[in-house]
Amino acid sequence: MSSTPFYTPPRWSATFDPHSVAEIHRAAQTGIYDIRGAGAKRKVPHFDDLLFLGASISRYPLEGYREKCGTDVVLGARFAKKPIQLKIPVTIAGMSFGALSGNAKEALGRGASQMGTSTTTGDGGMTPEERLSSKTLVYQLLPSRYGMNPEDLRKADAIEVVVGQGAKPGGGGMLLGQKITERVAKMRTLPVGIDQRSACRHPDWTGPDDLTIKIQELREITDWEKPIYVKVGATRPYFDTALAVKSGADVVVLDGMQGGTAATQDVFIEHVGLPILAAIRPAVQALQDLDMHRKVQLIVSGGIRNGADVAKALALGADAVAIGTAALIALGDNDPHWEEEYKKLGTTAGCYDDWHEGRDPAGITTQDPDLAKRLDPVKAGKRLANYLAVLTMETQIIARACGKSHVHNLEPDDLVALTVEAAAMAGVPLAGTNWIPGKNGM
Amino acid sequence: MNVIDLSKTPLREVNSRLQKLPKDTNERLWKLINLHGEHACAVGLTQPIEVQIEGHIGYYCGGMNQEATIVVNGQCGVGLAENIMSGEVRVKGNASAAAGATGQGGLIVIEGDAGTRCGISMKGVDIVVGGSVGAMSAFMAQAGSLIVCGDAGANLGDSAYEARLYVQGRVESLGADCVEKKMTPHHLAKLEKLLKRAGIAADPHKFKRYGSARKLYNFHVDNVDAY
Repeated sequence: MSSTPFYTPPRWSATFDPHSVAEIHRAAQTGIYDIRGAGAKRKVPHFDDLLFLGASISRYPLEGYREKCGTDVVLGARFAKKPIQLKIPVTIAGMSFGALSGNAKEALGRGASQMGTSTTTGDGGMTPEERLSSKTLVYQLLPSRYGMNPEDLRKADAIEVVVGQGAKPGGGGMLLGQKITERVAKMRTLPVGIDQRSACRHPDWTGPDDLTIKIQELREITDWEKPIYVKVGATRPYFDTALAVKSGADVVVLDGMQGGTAATQDVFIEHVGLPILAAIRPAVQALQDLDMHRKVQLIVSGGIRNGADVAKALALGADAVAIGTAALIALGDNDPHWEEEYKKLGTTAGCYDDWHEGRDPAGITTQDPDLAKRLDPVKAGKRLANYLAVLTMETQIIARACGKSHVHNLEPDDLVALTVEAAAMAGVPLAGTNWIPGKNGM
Repeated sequence: MNVIDLSKTPLREVNSRLQKLPKDTNERLWKLINLHGEHACAVGLTQPIEVQIEGHIGYYCGGMNQEATIVVNGQCGVGLAENIMSGEVRVKGNASAAAGATGQGGLIVIEGDAGTRCGISMKGVDIVVGGSVGAMSAFMAQAGSLIVCGDAGANLGDSAYEARLYVQGRVESLGADCVEKKMTPHHLAKLEKLLKRAGIAADPHKFKRYGSARKLYNFHVDNVDAY
C-alpha cells in the first residue's frame, strides 16, 4: 500500500462562498451595510441567454454594405406637440450632476449630440453646461425635486417623471456629504457637506389617478409641447406600464436591476427588482393589450452593453434603449490606465463601484476638482460617440442578417432562448424547439 | 379687469392666455369664474399679474408660479402652488394635502386649514396658515418658513433641514430630528414681518419655534433608531 500523502484542496461552500464570508466579516466589523454604486453584479438571466436566428431559406437577409437599415426613432408623438426625433435607438439614462462631475455631464452631452441622441438630467436639476452640450435633453422630475425649476422645464426637450429605477425600485437615495460641494449644495438648497437624502415618494402625488393630474399640470406649464416620459424600476412591468399609459405618458422607461445607481445598499441592488430580460415582454404585452404598442414608446435599460443587447431589446418590442453604466465606461470609468490608483482604493479596474465616495480616479463620479479635471469632456465625448456608433452598427448588422430594413422591424420571431428560464421570461422558444414555457399562462 | 368664464373657455386656453402675456402687459387683473374644481389652473405663470379665482379649485392650482399673485376665493385641492418660485398664492378657504410642496420662493397664505404634508420638501417658500396643518407637515423641509396659527398634526418637521417652523397652537408630535428651538429676537422679527405680509392677525409672541436638531445630517449607524 502506497504511503504517498494525498492532498484534499480546501473546499468552499456554495452557500458560504468567498464573497458571502467576506461580507459577514465586513458587517461584523463595521456594523453597517455596504453602500456602493453600479447595478446588480450577480449573474441573472440576461440577453446573453437569447440568440438571433438570422435569415435562412424562408427569410431574406439584407446586403450589409448596400441596403439601408434605418435606426431613427420618434419618441412622444402620443400627445406632445414636439416629439423627440433621435437618429439612433440608444439614449443616455438620467445621471445627476452631483453624482457625476460637471465634465462627465458635459462629455455625455457631447457624445450623445454627435450621434443624434438624447441625454437626461438627474437628481439635482439641470446645469447650463449640460443644456449647452446636449442637443436633446430630457429633464427628470424626481421625488426630491432638487433644483426643480420651471425655466429649466421649459428649456428641456422632454420631461421624465421618475417613479423608480432598476437598481432600487421603491427606494430613495443618498448623496453622501463628501460630494456635496458648494455648487451642488446651492443647486439643491442644502448646507454644504451634509448627506443629501432623496425621498422615495413624490411629495405631491400618490397613485395613478394623481399621476394623471400631475402629468396634466406639466403639460399645461409647458404648453403641451414636451413629451412626458414615466420611468419605473422593473418590478411589476405589466401593471406599471398599463398605469403609466393610463396616466397619460407618451413614453414608458423601464429599468432593470442591472441598471446603475450612484449610491445604494448592496443588498437592495442585488435583491429587489427584476432583470430587464424578465420585464420587457410583460411591458410590451400591456402596450399591446391597450393597443398602444408603438404609439406609446418603450425605452428599456439595465445592462445594455453591445449591439446584440440593443437588437434583442428591440426585437422583444422596445422602441429604444438607455445606457448609463456603459456610457460611463465609454467615458473612461474603470479604465486600466488608473490601475495603480484603483489598487490604492482596494479594488481593480473593472470592479470599482464606490462611486458614492467621490474618489473616482477617472474623474467621473466625483466632485473633487483635481480628480474631475482628469476627464477631458471633448475627448471623453468622442469616446462615447464612438461607442454609440458601434452599438448602432452592431444593431444594424444583426437586423440586416434577420432581413430587416429598420431596427424596429426586429421581432420576437427572430429570437430563441438558450435556457428554459430565458425562454419563459422573454416569451420566445427554447432553441431547437417550439416550446415557450408558460405561453398560455402569463 | 378681464373675466374668463371657465364654463365657456377650456382651461388650456385660459392657462395659455395667462402664460403668454408679455412682460409689459397692461392686462394685469384677471378673474376666473364658473369653476368646477379644475386641476392645474393658473399654473406656470411668469408675469406680475393678479388672478382671482372665484370658486373651488382642484390639484396644483398656481403650480410653479413666478411673479403672479393668485387669490382663490374657495377651497383648493392637493399640491397648491407646488414648486412656487416667487409671487403670492392666497387661499381664502382650506387647502388639501401637500400645499406648497417643494416651493422655492414666494409666499403662500392659506387663511383656513391645510391638510397633511403642508410644506413638504419646501425649499425657500414662506407659508402662512391661518388655521391648522395636518400630519407630516414640513417633512424634509429644506428652507423657508412655515407659520401655523392653529395646531400642527403628528410628526411635524420630520427629517427637516434648515426650514423654520412656527406654531401658535398645539403640536401633536415632532418628527425625527425636529426639536423646539429658542425664539430669538431675530426670529421674532421675521415672524412678525411674515404675519404682517400675509395679513394674518396673530401675536408672534404666542408662537413657538421648531427646526432641525441637525443630528441626522450625516448618516451614522448609531442613529439608526431615529429613522
